[in-house]
Amino acid sequence: MTDALLSVRNLRVEFPTRRGVLTAIDDVSFDIMPGEVLGVVGESGAGKSLTGAAIIGLLEPPGRIAGGEILLKGERIDNLGVEPMRRIRGKRIGMVFQDPLTSLNPLYTVAQQLIETIRTHADISEGEARKKAIALLDRVGIPAAARRIDDYPHHFSGGMRQRVVIALALCAEPELVIADEPTTALDVSVQSQIIDLIKEICAERGAAVMLITHDMGVIAETADRVAVLYAGRIAEIGPVRQVITAPEHPYTAGLMGSIPTLTQTDARLVQIPGAMPRLNAIPQGCAFNPRCEKAFDRCFKERPTPVVRNADGRKVACWLYDAIDTAAKEQANG
Amino acid sequence: MLAYIIRRILQSVLVMLVVALVSFALFRFVGDPINSMVGQETSIADRDALRDQLGLNDPFLSQFATFVTRAAQGDFGISYRLQQPVMELILSRLPATLELALVSGVLAFVFGVGFGVYTALRRNGWASNTIMTVSLIGVSLPTFLIGVLLIWVFAVELQWLPSFGRGETVEIGGWTTGFLTPTGRASLILPAITLGLYQMTLIMRLVRAEMLEVLRTDYIKFARARGLSNRAVNFGHALKNTMVPVITITGLQLGSIIAFAIITETVFQWPGVGALFINSVRFVDVPVMAAYLMMIALVFVIINLIVDLLYYAVDPRLRVDRAATRH
Repeated sequence: MTDALLSVRNLRVEFPTRRGVLTAIDDVSFDIMPGEVLGVVGESGAGKSLTGAAIIGLLEPPGRIAGGEILLKGERIDNLGVEPMRRIRGKRIGMVFQDPLTSLNPLYTVAQQLIETIRTHADISEGEARKKAIALLDRVGIPAAARRIDDYPHHFSGGMRQRVVIALALCAEPELVIADEPTTALDVSVQSQIIDLIKEICAERGAAVMLITHDMGVIAETADRVAVLYAGRIAEIGPVRQVITAPEHPYTAGLMGSIPTLTQTDARLVQIPGAMPRLNAIPQGCAFNPRCEKAFDRCFKERPTPVVRNADGRKVACWLYDAIDTAAKEQANG
Repeated sequence: MLAYIIRRILQSVLVMLVVALVSFALFRFVGDPINSMVGQETSIADRDALRDQLGLNDPFLSQFATFVTRAAQGDFGISYRLQQPVMELILSRLPATLELALVSGVLAFVFGVGFGVYTALRRNGWASNTIMTVSLIGVSLPTFLIGVLLIWVFAVELQWLPSFGRGETVEIGGWTTGFLTPTGRASLILPAITLGLYQMTLIMRLVRAEMLEVLRTDYIKFARARGLSNRAVNFGHALKNTMVPVITITGLQLGSIIAFAIITETVFQWPGVGALFINSVRFVDVPVMAAYLMMIALVFVIINLIVDLLYYAVDPRLRVDRAATRH
């Protein structure tokens, strides 16, 4: 897939510690097409946010990219110097963070922050930048934008601040927006508004979105494709309809089973037994094997590689779907 | 805003009244000033006459009222020791102390913030580690020792700078300044460093700690994610947020620089109010001591007031009444 907007190839992120190197992201590969919304789901600590941070080049030391490559329109961006990477941030890849209450600098007005960002990436006058900023605030749904623009962040409510954050992330017209749990810190009532806004405004501008969340519902409504992360590895990736209606990886199936539905009559929700392993105790073979009821010999010995399941680009990293292992699978089931 | 200022000023007046009470209590309870004013041969009758003349036999409250009224007009009476009006004495010494405090305050602030920011940004560089280690010395060595060491190195061994006094001064409208003569400027260097070193290391460590804190915040991460230059992020966004607590501490430290100039002034024979105070203590010159106490309290109160107002300038979140009118 050479026409991908963003290609992540065998990405590996490590944290050197006194007690050895921890591998937080291991052999993660995926593509994001222009204008596409890719959902990234997983539990806390699965490596979702780290993947986003690695792409935009803001891994916090001592974390580092230890292997693989990240390509933006075919150009490698994971090994760029400080200055070229800075010019990509904001301009070509925008980012929306989780908590709108802390994402804005409390000592500057919204206008100052927007104009500064716009003028960092475009050579235009202060007046033009201001006009652009007002139009953008208006677009993200801030009422009376021309007046509110000179307010400080603390004058806005949480939902409004997240709209300002979105305006800031989009003000230099990036081709890709990484939204890292953009609604987690918000009231339920405004969550869907913000998700809709991100989706609409990115579609309008042709920007692709990498939507990081642990909310399967949000993914189901918003994403075109979804990548399920488990312990820093991709368990399953594919078109969102297919993954949600017919999950193949036992972990995805477990995740879907744990979501309550309106028609459900059982008293209890299904839950996946156990917890995700800590980074220093990832089991040999498949990382999910201690919690997987379908695990068999091979799962404890060899690490599964993603298997291509169909022409839509669906891949599953599970030995249950490995062609040569059909016999073993049947044995396990029987 | 106006109501806030008025409230703060009223509080300040209250503080000054309490300090006035303490200063006044000095008159009543610290030794007998008559003893230090007259010779041993003076008769008891003469002493009583003098006591009456100085108003020392009046009731407590009436004496206090007189004291406060006069103090408010800048009249602290006559020095027992020098037989000069106290205010005149203090005013003649004040320029020396204020110039010293100003120079060391500016030194402490500029280098404190500079080093603090540098060590926060280059956390593990060798220069940062060196600065941090040396700063420990500044925090832990007593002021008089630093002064003596500086005199030994720069005045005795190297003979670059004078070891005592103010050098030549120029008088401009009742204000004697050492800034305008080469010897005046040279004389300022060692005392200013001595006085400012501790404050500098304090400010530096504070700036560093605050800056590291701020650099970890989400809005700094978000600013980086928007592609702002390092300079804009570090100095525009991070430093400004660092300054709120730093302003408080620096303001209060400026007060203590003036108050604790006593030690430095003694070591360097600096003709300021601190040296005047030390000599007054030796001779139980109560009017001077009381006036000095009031003056230092006034300095602290004024600086606190300025610091509170500076908050308004730096942190928009405090401008609550403005926000309320806009919504």
